[in-house]
This record gives sequence, C-alpha cells and structure tokens, in this order.
Amino acid sequence: MVSTAVSLCGIRMDNPVMAASGTFGYGAEFADLYDINCLGSFSFKGTTLHPRFGNPTPRIAESASGMLNAVGLQNPGVEKVIEEELPRMRAFFSKPVMANVSGFALEEYVETCRLLDGQEQVGWLEVNISCPNVHGGGMSFGTCPQSAAEVTRAVKAVCKKPVIIKLSPNVSDIAAIARACEDAGADGLSLINTLVGMRLNLKTRKPILSNVTGGLSGPAILPVALAMVYRVYQAVRIPIVGMGGISCARDVVEMMLAGATAVQIGAANLVDPYICRDIIEDLPAVMAQLGIHNLNDIIGGAHS
Amino acid sequence: MTQGQYIVISNRPIAAATWEMLLAGDTSALTRPGQFVNLRTGGHYLRRPLSVCAWDDSRLTLIYKVVGQGTDWLSERQAGDPIDMLCGLGNGFDTGLSGQHPLLIGGGVGLPPLYQLARQLVQEGKQPRLIMGFNSMQEVFYREEFERLMPVTVTTMDGSCGVRGLVTEVPPEANCTYFYACGPSPMLQALCGCLAMPGQLSLEERMGCGFGACMGCTIRTRLGDKRVCKEGPVFLKEELIW
Repeated sequence: MVSTAVSLCGIRMDNPVMAASGTFGYGAEFADLYDINCLGSFSFKGTTLHPRFGNPTPRIAESASGMLNAVGLQNPGVEKVIEEELPRMRAFFSKPVMANVSGFALEEYVETCRLLDGQEQVGWLEVNISCPNVHGGGMSFGTCPQSAAEVTRAVKAVCKKPVIIKLSPNVSDIAAIARACEDAGADGLSLINTLVGMRLNLKTRKPILSNVTGGLSGPAILPVALAMVYRVYQAVRIPIVGMGGISCARDVVEMMLAGATAVQIGAANLVDPYICRDIIEDLPAVMAQLGIHNLNDIIGGAHS
Repeated sequence: MTQGQYIVISNRPIAAATWEMLLAGDTSALTRPGQFVNLRTGGHYLRRPLSVCAWDDSRLTLIYKVVGQGTDWLSERQAGDPIDMLCGLGNGFDTGLSGQHPLLIGGGVGLPPLYQLARQLVQEGKQPRLIMGFNSMQEVFYREEFERLMPVTVTTMDGSCGVRGLVTEVPPEANCTYFYACGPSPMLQALCGCLAMPGQLSLEERMGCGFGACMGCTIRTRLGDKRVCKEGPVFLKEELIW
C-alpha cells in the first residue's frame, strides 16, 4: 500500500493533484463527467471584485506542444461567485476548494480575498499576481519583489485562511520575488503561471490573438516549471504548489521531486477532460514502480 | 458528452479539398442537429472541432475541408484507424421554431450540420428549402443528397454553377417564416442584415476545450456573455450582436 496524502498549509489532501485555475471553471463542467471529489482539490476560475468579460476573441492559439490563451480573466465577479457558484459547487464538491483571486489595484485584491476568506468552502486563497493577459494590473504586481510583498502583506492582513501567492515566470529572478512574498507572510507559493507567447496568422500577417500576446501552457513548459520550482524550493521554506505542463502521474512525481508539495494540472484538462481522474488513478502504480511508499518522502527529493 | 475511440469506416474526397469521413462509435450523446465533435489529430495539442453532418445509432458522418496540418492528418486516416473524439458537444438547432417552410442557408463547409437538420425537419413533416453557396463548381458537395430531401438552389461566386454571387442574392420564398444558417461569419452577418424573418445561426470560433471549461470562445450577446462551445454554437438571430 502506498500513501498519496499530503498536507498543504495545514490542510490534508487525499492526493496532491489539483486542477489549475482557468482550466476547470467552477467545477461544474467536469462534475458532469465524473465525481470530482477524487481530486486533492481544485483552484477555481480567477475571480475579481467586479464582473469581467475579458478579451475579445480569438482568445486561443496553439503551439507544437502547448497552447496560448488570452482569456483575460473572464469571471462573474466575487459577489456572483459567492451567491451562485459556491452554493452550486456544494452539490458536487465536498472538499476545501482553492479560491483564485486577481485584481487591478491593491484594494481589489484585498476586498476580494476578504470576501472569499469568509466562505466555508474555501480552504486556501491563491492570489494571482501573474496574469499575463490583462493590462494595468495582474502580472505587474508580480514582476517586482516590492509590489509582490505589498500585495501579500495587504491580503494576509484580512485573511484567516492560508494565502498562496501565484508567481509569474516572466521575471528576471523568480527566487527574489518568492523570498519577498515569504518575508511578507505568504503561507505558500504556486508556480508557474503561463509564459508570454505569440502566434501569427500567415494570411492576415497579424497576431492570431486579439490581445496580441497570450500565455503559453501545456507540455512545452514543463521543463521551465521544473527549473523554477527547483530554484524557488532552495530559496524559501514555505510549501510550493507546482504547475506547468503536467500531463501524467510521472510528471507529478517529477514536480514533487523538484520541490512541490502539491501540483496543479492545467492545459491538459482542456484536451482530456478526464486527465485529473486518470492521473490520480495511475499515481499509486507509478509510485510502487518507483519504490515510493509515501509521497511526502519525495517532496524536494532532488535537493538532498 | 462522451469521450472515446471512434473507428474510421471510410474517408474520401467529395469536392475540392473537401472530405467526407464515416466513423463508427458511441453516438448516444448526439441529441440535436448542429452539435459538434472535438477530435484529436496527430502532431497537435488542441483538439479540432467539427460539426456533425449526420448520425444514426452507431455511426456518424463528418465533412471537413483540408486547410492545415490537422485536417491534412485527418485526410490520411484510413478504414480501421481509431480517432480520439469528444462527441455530442454544444446545443444544436431547435426545430420547434421552424414553421412549416423553413429556409436553410449554408456556405461551404458550413453546410454539413444542415444535412441532419434537413433530415429531421422532413421527418417532422415540414417542407424546408436550401440555398447552398460555394466559391466555384469544384467545391460543390452533397447537392444530390440535399436534393433528395428538398428543393435546392446553388450559388457560386464565380457563376460556374447555379446562381452567380452570394447566398444573399437569392430572395426567400414568400411562405418562409424562419431560417437556419451555417457558414462563414461575413455570410451570417449579411443574412442577419437582409432577412427580416427570425432564425438560428451556427457560429464558428477558435476553441480551447470545446466543452465549456476554458472560456476561450466567449462572445457577447444581447442575452449576456455566452460560450460558443457550450451555450452555442447555435444562436438566435435576435441575440447576436454584429
């Protein structure tokens, strides 16, 4: 018998596999397909204080081993999430959920986090300071240590639940930003968000995405994510949620060896809606094959 | 929605760069004409959405245009090859609103979903008509199949077959009170502008997942923001904003 349970910021999870924000909505589309209570948890669609339509279409483009998205944080706003999405979610998901929050000003982050922190179903806050697809907010908070620390401090001041800061890979020194968040009181870090990328339409000779650039995700970015998780693990003591191109149980093990306590599956959900369930089912056999009895034993295993 | 391996029964060219593929597999998730499938092609990360042309209990027909590497790969599949597919996506056409004499208008590879729609309308005792538009005679497909069901008018841009010009050149019959359309976006927009009657239009958009998870295909409508893959691809004329 192998043990897949882990603990993230003091909350026990049956397994380390979560669905990543923006690829799983508020869970309903997947709950129609399988019992999503098999997940460790999931991070719901990035939520802002006010409703957002996001960017005009086209919002999606493709690459050899991944995809670009420039959705631009479409969401119904925190009020509707609390009044409609969370009560609906209660019917099909009984575990603590991760609330993903974005903002365009410090006060928006604070107010949205404060409101979601008060919701019983919410286990963790995941504060996205790394969205590459919105202007005048999002990623701009996550690209320098001072502003990342400022958001962290402000959110921590109003939240009782663990606050996880989601970091951007589009920076010169991710370890410095990680340390700044830790020093400001972050309970955990999640990384990586998508990498800025672009595709062009050869007929129109213009960028495919209406937003010009988008965020690259999928298997193409797994090595980038592993390198950054590895680096951040050496820089901080708080737990890391690792993500970026994970597509199978072996990738999960690899990400945990690099330093992740839990992992998130993103783009793969869009190609194979059953992928999270399949990875969770495959995990014990892969562990047995690799001589792993308890997943906790391998967190950061590459560093020892 | 179902996910599974579908087996190619036949795959053949039926017009210029246009192919018809017949597949065997679980069609139980298909409930309305106008729904689509999302299939995996070799060498591509994202699936390819294709509208379903026709189906029965165990088989479905897809018609596609070879426009890039994904559809090129598809055209190389042979009888017996498996294809990984999500089946039964989207809302599809509502035949309840059609009236007795609905007008069907299809442009190019927008035509396939109108085939199952026409079969269903005829089955319901209605008398549909079809206007099918192409660039030229070489692109015309399924003319005989459609003509077995209803009167058909062909238009071509170059005049090499039927009426010269766009589908909008053909005035609708006086007894038509409702229309169904699928085709390129400029065609759909033009139809909304020139047809006074109400109708339903099937839209196309770049998609991430095809089943409502990623918000990659959301458009603004008069009835709120809607995902083309989930609340669509079929929309009422009066809810669309051009």
